[in-house]
Amino acid sequence: MTAVADGAVRARQSLAARIAARTGGGALRVFLILVGLFWLMPTVGLLISSLRDPADVAESGWWEVFVKPAQLTWSGYGNLLGNAKIMDSLWTTALITVPATVLVVVIGSLAGYAFAWMDFPGRDTWFMVVVGLLVVPVQVALIPVAKLFGAVGLFETTAGVVLFHTAFGLPFAVFLLRNFFAEIPRELLEAARLDGASELRLFTRVVMPLGGPAIASLGIFQFLWVWNDMLIALIFADSGNPPITVALQQEVRQFGNNIDVLAPGAFVSMIIPLVVFFAFQRQFVSGVMAGAVK
Amino acid sequence: MTSGGTAAAAQASRKGAKKPGKSVMGTRPWIAGAFLLPALLLLGALVVYPIGYSVWRSLFDAPGSGFVGLDNYAELFSDDRIRTALKNNIIWVVVAPTVATALGLIFAVLTERVRWGTAFKLVVFMPMAISMLAAGIIFRLVYEQDPERGVANAVWVSVHDTFAEPAPYPGANPRPNSDLKATGGGAFTTKAAAKTGTAVSLPLVAVQPGDLKGAQRAVAAEPRPGQITGTAWLDFTRGGGGTPNRIDKQEKALAGLKIEAVKDGKVVATATTDADGTYALPAHAEGAHLRLPASNFAEAYNGVDWLGPALVTPAIIGSYVWMWAGFAMVLIAAGLASVPRELLEAARVDGANEWQVFRRVTVPLLAPVLVVVLVTLMINVLKIFDLVYIIAPGASQDEANVLALQLYQSSFGTDVNQGIGSAIAVFLLLLVLPVMIVNLRRLRKERQR
Repeated sequence: MTAVADGAVRARQSLAARIAARTGGGALRVFLILVGLFWLMPTVGLLISSLRDPADVAESGWWEVFVKPAQLTWSGYGNLLGNAKIMDSLWTTALITVPATVLVVVIGSLAGYAFAWMDFPGRDTWFMVVVGLLVVPVQVALIPVAKLFGAVGLFETTAGVVLFHTAFGLPFAVFLLRNFFAEIPRELLEAARLDGASELRLFTRVVMPLGGPAIASLGIFQFLWVWNDMLIALIFADSGNPPITVALQQEVRQFGNNIDVLAPGAFVSMIIPLVVFFAFQRQFVSGVMAGAVK
Repeated sequence: MTSGGTAAAAQASRKGAKKPGKSVMGTRPWIAGAFLLPALLLLGALVVYPIGYSVWRSLFDAPGSGFVGLDNYAELFSDDRIRTALKNNIIWVVVAPTVATALGLIFAVLTERVRWGTAFKLVVFMPMAISMLAAGIIFRLVYEQDPERGVANAVWVSVHDTFAEPAPYPGANPRPNSDLKATGGGAFTTKAAAKTGTAVSLPLVAVQPGDLKGAQRAVAAEPRPGQITGTAWLDFTRGGGGTPNRIDKQEKALAGLKIEAVKDGKVVATATTDADGTYALPAHAEGAHLRLPASNFAEAYNGVDWLGPALVTPAIIGSYVWMWAGFAMVLIAAGLASVPRELLEAARVDGANEWQVFRRVTVPLLAPVLVVVLVTLMINVLKIFDLVYIIAPGASQDEANVLALQLYQSSFGTDVNQGIGSAIAVFLLLLVLPVMIVNLRRLRKERQR
């Protein structure tokens, strides 16, 4: 009897818990803390470097501030605020990211709803095509779209970058939302129809609100993807008015000399993604789980 | 871009995605068309049409006017730079996903249901939120060559110096005109054979001031019968005035210097100088030449050239693993949560130890998740660009070359040949084709259920 109960209790323990129990928890805790510190160290290095004078950075390692805390200064960030190029580039990044995210959500929802709840010839085939496009690498489109955009005057424009990101975000958006919308109970939609709702009204008043969680995951993922992108912006964005990633990339060539811009600039470019990440961890993780890994 | 197709499809089939419902409106096709139109237009113009154009363009030469057939593809395997890129891509695809997944598995298992496991997971997962550009800048700092500045070399050098003691007097050498002569490899040897009962002085110069901290005044060693004695010192008086080859007042002793007595090319005795610079060799060193081995003067160990040609690819892979191990960990942790505990317990009751349970039960049960993680990472790594572009310094960018970087260079960068660029693009597409087919098969199977 006791043995059974024992087994039941033990069965609920994980391997980690067992290791912890056997070693008194100490060894496992120390190991995880060490690994955690190791993982944090590169980011901490950047943060501290951004808070030191470039002369100090050229002279000694960032860990020196632990003995000389007086080295810490906000001047790098102060200078960055006065750096029109970097400030403009942050604005450009926002001008690209927000529309590209909204467009993917709206266009993806429309198509996802059509695939989930509308009847039309060739529906399954069309959906197969969209799923097939999930893994197409952006690299395939770089040269052709550059030519296409050149022909219609979209090359080196913010609108062009937005359209490119939207197009390549769509396969995943349609796939995710169609699967999510298909789970909406039929009765809900039928009830709305009996009340005389049009297809558009059904979409905006019933389907979109119910799709909230999936739309949130998608939105956060697309947002981070576009915000963090460098390659597409490198090719399609206006090189005189680039987003933050490209603006910083232009400084990397002379890494040592430009560290005063690069370190605080890189950290500022990380702030929005990190805030989004910590604020919407749950949606971010479920987005990852749904395979939104680009 | 969306390499997540596999993970997504796996997720969908796990949940048993419902068959899409019949229209509740009896929609007319033109309404469906209106809902679909924006998506299909964008996909058609910016994804599907470019695939066709790239295939077609890859069959033409650099200006795009001469048809060259498959020559551009042959070029992928004959051009040296592209072959380096191919070779590196293979290393990337094999190493990066494997290491990231292995670490993810270890972390997921070790943090499962541990109270502060969530905090740990957050720390490891966080780098996924930042751009590869920012990660690149972060790791440029980490891999800085100078051990005074780059944390990787700072750690490496201090570990190295723990096991191999640094030389006491790097860069020092004998006073010119003294009896010591360079004998190759950085060692110095006396010309005359040493006799017991005499003192052999070893005057050195060019010692770095920092190496003399706390050094005592040098003391002339007394000749002692049956021993070879002597002094090693810095034969240099600050402000001038000293006599060469003599121990003047104020001249500092060189403690900790290794001395070997060499007879017929063999070391017969060794000694180390004391704090006052004196040493003593036993009687059987009679007739030997005294040698100061090179280890006394070796330049300080300066660490590893992480971003040099030899190590640049492994170093960049390290930064990738830093970014993506968290992704593997989160997916595997989710898989772990759904492993039935009873199975594990049954194995334990049958007498399996923890390692056997892990190896024989947990890992096989996790296999589907591990495959999804590996494949997703492989597709992702295939297109690696930003990290290499940012981290590899100009001097080793050719050694670090990867396909996506070469594609960028060929299409928009330094060596423009859009025929080659298109061929690389199509090649990348071909490599992900199997995954596309698996995704479609899975979807069809779902439909038939």
